[in-house]
Amino acid sequence: MAEKTVAFEIKRQANPDSPAVWESFEIPWRPGMNVISAMMEIAANPVTADGHDTTPITYDSNCLEEICGSCAMRINGKARMACSALVDNLEKPIKLEPLSKFPLVRDLQVDRSVLFANLSAVKAWVPIDGTYDLGSGPRVFPQQQEASYPLSNCISCCCCMEVCPQFNDDTGFVGAATIAQVKLFNDHPTGKVFKEERLRALAGDGGIQECGFAQNCVEVCPKGIPLTNAISDVSRDVLIQKAKDFLRG
Amino acid sequence: MAAPRIIVIGGGLAGLAAVIKIAEAGGTVDLFSIVPVKRSHSVCAQGGINAAKNLKGEGDTTDKHFDDTIYGGDFLANQTPVKAMCEAAPGIIDLLDRMGVPFNRTPEGLLDFRRFGGTLYNRTAFAGATTGQQLLYALDEQVRRHESECKVRKFEGWEFLSAVIDSKGVARGITALDLRTMELRSFQADAIILATGGNGAIFGKSTNSVVCTGSADSAIFQQGAYYANGEFIQVHPTCIPGEDKLRLMSESARGEGGRVWVPRNKGEKRPIKQIPAADRWYFLEEWYPKYGNLVPRDVATRAIHKVVYEHGLGIDGQPMVYLDLTHIDRATLNRKLEGILEIYEKFVGDDPRDVPMKIFPGMHYTMGGLWVDFNQMTNIPGIFAAGECEYQYHGANRLGANSLLSCIFGGFITGPNALKYAKDLPAAEGDGGHGAEIARQAEINAKLLKNEGTENPFKLWRELGNTMTEHATVIRYNKGLKQADEKIVELLERYKKVNLSDRSQWANTSFAFARQLKNMLELSRCIAQGALLRDESRGAHYKPDFPDRNDERFLKTTKASFTGAVEGPKFEYEEVDTQFIKPRPRRYDATK
Repeated sequence: MAEKTVAFEIKRQANPDSPAVWESFEIPWRPGMNVISAMMEIAANPVTADGHDTTPITYDSNCLEEICGSCAMRINGKARMACSALVDNLEKPIKLEPLSKFPLVRDLQVDRSVLFANLSAVKAWVPIDGTYDLGSGPRVFPQQQEASYPLSNCISCCCCMEVCPQFNDDTGFVGAATIAQVKLFNDHPTGKVFKEERLRALAGDGGIQECGFAQNCVEVCPKGIPLTNAISDVSRDVLIQKAKDFLRG
Repeated sequence: MAAPRIIVIGGGLAGLAAVIKIAEAGGTVDLFSIVPVKRSHSVCAQGGINAAKNLKGEGDTTDKHFDDTIYGGDFLANQTPVKAMCEAAPGIIDLLDRMGVPFNRTPEGLLDFRRFGGTLYNRTAFAGATTGQQLLYALDEQVRRHESECKVRKFEGWEFLSAVIDSKGVARGITALDLRTMELRSFQADAIILATGGNGAIFGKSTNSVVCTGSADSAIFQQGAYYANGEFIQVHPTCIPGEDKLRLMSESARGEGGRVWVPRNKGEKRPIKQIPAADRWYFLEEWYPKYGNLVPRDVATRAIHKVVYEHGLGIDGQPMVYLDLTHIDRATLNRKLEGILEIYEKFVGDDPRDVPMKIFPGMHYTMGGLWVDFNQMTNIPGIFAAGECEYQYHGANRLGANSLLSCIFGGFITGPNALKYAKDLPAAEGDGGHGAEIARQAEINAKLLKNEGTENPFKLWRELGNTMTEHATVIRYNKGLKQADEKIVELLERYKKVNLSDRSQWANTSFAFARQLKNMLELSRCIAQGALLRDESRGAHYKPDFPDRNDERFLKTTKASFTGAVEGPKFEYEEVDTQFIKPRPRRYDATK
């Protein structure tokens, strides 16, 4: 009996300036295998389904436990993490493409540094005085911790930005992930010292008013972060801040 | 004189901790990382971080934490730095709390603590079951703040290749490879800090992330640094076996009451829920009544091995045992363990709140690492090391939830030490060795790129992983260790015929991997030969032919140095600092 295999179609692009081509692969099936293990197999045997030698696939990956946020790509058209994409649950042939809204590097690898720049722009940190010993932190009740913790689980995979119709060059929209971090830090007893600055950073072009409330973000988020709730809350705070700033002249 | 320049390599907890201290002290840092630092392997740590805050009225003290750590490490760790770490731990938790880490809380709004292996106290602070992620993010955010103030420059997507060492043997910078453009460059520095993590990839599949190859450690080792206690590798008792990796199932599952068992009857056919308690063998609780399921990892791992391979009681005849949480209510599980339960659910397909998990031990942590002095400096002046890549804090076995602590503590003391060293450093003569080192690296790269041969680097790597996992993990025999070393020599020889299936000069992952592989092969000899030479059993290092600890011969740090000869590294041994706690037999089946 022939060995059971899994068919893959992978969009290849050698560099940002070269044309994209599709390559097909037949990978030996193993129980419990995920998309990453298929790409590892290609690296060890870089041959296409029709027997041509090719190169290993370039893609980002690291933890393979869906916690580092590296391996986001489009799998059968859907933005998701490759490590948690189990082959048995996917329609065949499995189609792999890079995220489409970020500058392509090579094959399935894209440049998502825009998110880190956005986090910088909204001062997504708690401004502590210093790392010397200043005693314990502010008292936080479990209810507050349970509200903050989900927001703090964001792995910066950028899936929410990929699927957002408003996230594009025309709007310059920051995207849901950054807005959720604004909520996280504005709710923190010390982090809220920058609350007004963060809200003003989201008040202009590319800010929170660009959100069209398509709700794709919350559906695609691999960590189940309540993104639309965060956007609603921050949106309200931005409006209040705008009103305050207007009245203050 | 110009402000000192420090290079930090690695953006996990240890690297970021060092960066923060340097930036805060007015220094400037260049931070190099293969991945964006927020994606570093520290995110994988799950269960928590230890500190004797004594918030549960148990009378816990930093002295008890110190004793548990030394005892858990089977007395191999130098005691002075471990004592300092345990004493600093409560302050570190406070600091992380101030940085906004969403630690779990008590109803009164104070930090909550849970129990972990190798202690009888609730000493582990935690943020759900994603504590490493939360801690890394907190430090990442502080570093981003310093970056926005131009105190830190990040070089993400760059891989460290080697240190630049001047004619006097002093480090003057590094060479690194831009993983996108494949550009090779050297960078000047007055001190460099390696914070590059463990070497799980040497074992093929492990709980480690893809970048944890030990390549940077190995590069420095081949440039003259001692590699210490390489033979001490922690195999975590509870992992989810997978095709691409072994996924960690945190010790916190047992900390929150998880129980390990197998059916007492071989070939048990009843559905799990119909197996009555009398027919379930809770072997850890039976063998270790005091610590139960929370014995240290080396002890739990050997017990599972024994049940599976000697008693033949693995589930369905497979190398697996149950880790059972189903007796705990769902709300509690979700509040304290959701992150890891989701991992199991996503990757296995069963809900561990309903069905006991099937787990097995897997390579997890590198206790050994670059030899450093108490100031965290290697024997090469100007090269420091912090975190899992150095050997200092865990002896022969690391206790759960001590790694996040040792990374942050190590980074915090390394940063200022490196800055102090750099301030006193006389200027380099000439170019400080930069030209020669760039030329050496360029030659290695050119040769690799055009090498003609038949060997695929990823296949060689699989063979390395298989042999190391077979011979150099839970149970070790000298015969097997010799075979492993011979296999490594064979792989090194075959590496000369390595053929890259990709010869392009843009984001070429095969090229970067082939360079890492050479370093993995060289470093793996420290593990195999170090284990071969240590004829005793201590902590994670277990030889059935030498079942007892032998303090007279082996209460010593192993120090390997690179020779380049086919025989492999040269080994020497150093006395261990035991000035505070006198070594005593380590037993978890009785009161310690």
